[in-house]
Amino acid sequence: MESGRGGHRAFCFLGIYSFGCLTSFASFSGVASEERKGTLRVDDRRRLSKNRSMPNPAIEIENLSKEYPYGFLHLKKRRSLENLSMQVQTGEVFGFLGPNGAGKSTTIKLLMRLIFPTSGTARILGRSIEDVSVHQEVGYLPEQPYFYDYLTAAELLDYFARFHGLTATDRRERVQRMLKKVGLETAKKIQLRKYSKGMLQRAGLAQAILHDPQVVVLDEPMSGLDPLGRREVRDIILELKKEGRTVLFSTHILSDAEMLCDRVGVIVGGKLRGVGTPGEMVGIQTQGMEILFEVEGTGKKFALLERATKTGERYRVQLSEAELYGALDELRAAEARILSVAQIKPTLEEFFMNLVDADRAQANAVEVSGQ
Amino acid sequence: MTNIWTVATNTFREAVRDRVLYNLVFFALLMMGAAILVGQISIGIEESVIVSLGLTAISVIGIFIAVFIGVGLVSKEMDKRTLYALLAKPVKRWEFVLGKYAGLVTTLAVNTAAMAVGLYAALWTVKHPLVRSDWYLLVAVYLILLKLALIVALAMLFSCFTTPFLAILFTLGIYIAGVFAEELRTMQKMDLNPVAMKLFRGISYVLPNFENFNVMGAVAHGRGVAGKLVWHDSWYAIVYCGMVLGAAAVVFSRRNLK
Repeated sequence: MESGRGGHRAFCFLGIYSFGCLTSFASFSGVASEERKGTLRVDDRRRLSKNRSMPNPAIEIENLSKEYPYGFLHLKKRRSLENLSMQVQTGEVFGFLGPNGAGKSTTIKLLMRLIFPTSGTARILGRSIEDVSVHQEVGYLPEQPYFYDYLTAAELLDYFARFHGLTATDRRERVQRMLKKVGLETAKKIQLRKYSKGMLQRAGLAQAILHDPQVVVLDEPMSGLDPLGRREVRDIILELKKEGRTVLFSTHILSDAEMLCDRVGVIVGGKLRGVGTPGEMVGIQTQGMEILFEVEGTGKKFALLERATKTGERYRVQLSEAELYGALDELRAAEARILSVAQIKPTLEEFFMNLVDADRAQANAVEVSGQ
Repeated sequence: MTNIWTVATNTFREAVRDRVLYNLVFFALLMMGAAILVGQISIGIEESVIVSLGLTAISVIGIFIAVFIGVGLVSKEMDKRTLYALLAKPVKRWEFVLGKYAGLVTTLAVNTAAMAVGLYAALWTVKHPLVRSDWYLLVAVYLILLKLALIVALAMLFSCFTTPFLAILFTLGIYIAGVFAEELRTMQKMDLNPVAMKLFRGISYVLPNFENFNVMGAVAHGRGVAGKLVWHDSWYAIVYCGMVLGAAAVVFSRRNLK
């Protein structure tokens, strides 16, 4: 009986999953058919993604490049960003992915005018980033933020709020609200020098959203946070999205990006390698199916059991889509308890690692050829 | 203007919380010791010794704060990256520079004023009641403050484009050269070649003439200070600080942060 119920649950799950996939396919229309064939390149995806009807871009970046001089006389130049062009649409959560040193923070610092581009332009909410007044509508969390350590969190937020022309009453109310939101209400009277890294990150997040900005730019917002803190930041990002705000955040934690982002951009070696939804980036083709099941008793032997990998009391087996129904019949016949049936899809991490590996291989090739 | 004021008040708060004003304790001890000792070792010139010692202490402590904290005003914010979140607010970089400057000059003004009160207290212990000429002390203190304001501006300018260590060296170097600016100008009386003379003369006009602000000798001996000198020094300091801060703002506005 138990195995029967498990099988029923598995079929329900499979049915819902298939329906989800079908709707996904339908919404992707022509793109999906190309992706199913596996012929769609990242550039194509970017183009197709751009062509889809989208609202006005909140952030527009055009051919942004940044070179840093180095050497004793600063005559040599190292390019850390190369002709970056992309758009972040109004109201979307955009994840900026890349390994360390890829150019994520450089891009964000360029947008915030902390550094200046060698060439190219950028606009936020239709206004040039050179216009300081645009910062009335922008919130920014720096990477590994560090604030005036002689201030308390409440003083810090009040200080930053003053630049937005808020009245004293408004400042007090917002500071309290933000401290509560990021979980620093009880630590508001402690000087920041006594804060842990995670607490500083929360204070940083609070100052970024203090003035209800339309665009929020977060540089590695999850770094330094414990699982609870990460979850709280995720909730805040989702809340910002629900409020219709645009969020651009950089991260190298791919699961966060997959979970939160409407679209992601992958940057490796200073070059943008692709922009699209997490699904588009990795392709939505399944690579097979995975069944998780348990078998009561030790004496049972059947073909699927031989192929399965045992972890604790559970067995895991991977097979093709064509084999799925036969396998389920076999498990039912053996009175196995089916725990889950899931599609195996390439993760964003695999996609990301492939790009990084390709970039390194190319760099090595250039080095070997002496170019 | 609001942004400059906000940055300035925070800079003042930083100085207070970082215990910059603790130097006042040292000054108070110095003045108390001087008041007790001077009466015993310098018969008839107690007042002059106290005033000279007090004004020198106000000047040296002020220079120390102006150079070391002045250099740190911008460079510390860049090193610690506290500047990142601030510059992402609707704040212009020149507003930040002026705000930091105003904050430290306010700190120095409070510090100098407190030391002046201490100096008067020490003076009162060796001679009371105070006479009219004793109020010239305030003029000397005011001119010291102008000098410090100029040093802070120079320290900020250097810290906008070089390392803190070099900025300290440059500021102290300019200060020492500036004290001798008058001597450079009078070198033309010596038998030098015309090119060198022109060069020295040019440098003497470019360098801030810190000796202009020194009326310590006159005040210590109860002599007055001409109102015209105070007027000229005030304008000299305002114009010079304006130019140096303008340069600092331009340099900092184009600076890439780390």
